[in-house]
Amino acid sequence: MEEITKNIKEMCIEANLRLSEDVKDRLFQAADAEEKPLGKQILEQLKENLCIADAESIPICQDTGMAVVFVRIGQEVHIEGGSLEDAINEGIRQGYTEGYLRKSIVRDPIDRVNTKDNTPGVIHYEIVPGEQLELTVAPKGFGSENMSRIVMLKPADGIEGVKDVILETVKLAGPNACPPVVVGVGIGGTFEKCALLAKKALTRELDSHNEIPYVRELEEEMLSKINALSIGPAGLGGSTTALGVNIEVYPTHIAGLPVAVNICCHVNRHVRRLL
Amino acid sequence: MDKYISTPLTEDKVMDLKAGDYVYLSGTIYTARDAAHKRLYESMLAGKDIPLELKDNIIYYLGPSPAREGQVIGSAGPTTSSRMDKYTPLLLKNGLKGMIGKGKRSVEVIDAMHEYHAVYFAAIGGAGALLSKCIKKAEVIAYDDLGTEAIRRLEVENLPVIVVIDAEKNNMYEQENAVIPANGKDDR
Repeated sequence: MEEITKNIKEMCIEANLRLSEDVKDRLFQAADAEEKPLGKQILEQLKENLCIADAESIPICQDTGMAVVFVRIGQEVHIEGGSLEDAINEGIRQGYTEGYLRKSIVRDPIDRVNTKDNTPGVIHYEIVPGEQLELTVAPKGFGSENMSRIVMLKPADGIEGVKDVILETVKLAGPNACPPVVVGVGIGGTFEKCALLAKKALTRELDSHNEIPYVRELEEEMLSKINALSIGPAGLGGSTTALGVNIEVYPTHIAGLPVAVNICCHVNRHVRRLL
Repeated sequence: MDKYISTPLTEDKVMDLKAGDYVYLSGTIYTARDAAHKRLYESMLAGKDIPLELKDNIIYYLGPSPAREGQVIGSAGPTTSSRMDKYTPLLLKNGLKGMIGKGKRSVEVIDAMHEYHAVYFAAIGGAGALLSKCIKKAEVIAYDDLGTEAIRRLEVENLPVIVVIDAEKNNMYEQENAVIPANGKDDR
């Protein structure tokens, strides 16, 4: 348990100070490619921001997020020494306190009293074959979380309907979600499964693609269509509106076609470790 | 156009600022976000004193991360402004001249900015480490119990911001993008 707490703590801090290479690469490429002068200037400032954050241990963004934790537990693994959930939340508590990260969590959505230690996190468990434990920590900022949507399409809407929902969501988010954004999409499943697919899609490396050919094509097509919206860096115009689009699909019901679009800002944080 | 502006943000300075201006801001500004706005608003409606002078001042929609030893402040970028829209017209009526945040504003806010002569700046979202370097002093002056949402007085030096909406209702978000209604209704 102590090992889990220690790892979660380190991962919370690491995620908030340093972007993973895949996201950083896309941001750097975008800064080179952006043609609009103001857009380019903003992307250059975002690059400089990453350097300062790394060198001086200042969080990349002041919204250090709600800690989303994905736990994949091998079914042969037996964890001893107390509650796994408590161990994870203790790691979040230590990470956010000792790492000088912002405490953004309120204990109740209506009475809104801050818990002052950024707990609890949102924890998703998955039991998988094997004897390893995989942890992913993805602190999620709410500027972009607030602009995310789920739509229950009709099967007749088909793939064109899905494309419309994705584009419309990015348009509605506009400057509010801190573009350039990363777009995580879930298609299929049930209401909650679809949202979870979209969240998981955000933790997939941006230089990867879905293995299903039509989904891969959809990822590429949507990235290009989103960038053609010209929302641009900070919503002030330009060809860089998204750094990547990741899509996950799952079987669904004969009557449904759920689509969830989880928007993330350019500070798309995720750290993964295998224990 | 690049401009260097010092606080207080008086009427003449406001009227000289146009959407699209890149402004380096220096002087005293205040932070307030959701919870502080709610308290300010409720105090004003109840006719009570509020802990800061609004006249000719600027509010930065910011909840910083904590400062390490030797740092003035932690990461210090803007939060989404639209969540403050409900409270903003009353603050503008009472003399607030500038706001720094990110994202769209409601028609009510833009109308009030026009009526009372005020300007809306965007700072770059997600550049909190960079922006923190422009903050030379930070002090909590009210609502300490709100933690990151407390009201802080900041001394800033050449804080880079962009005029997105000016007092004449020119709106850079409208100029740069096609017509994009938010949440199904046009709240630009």
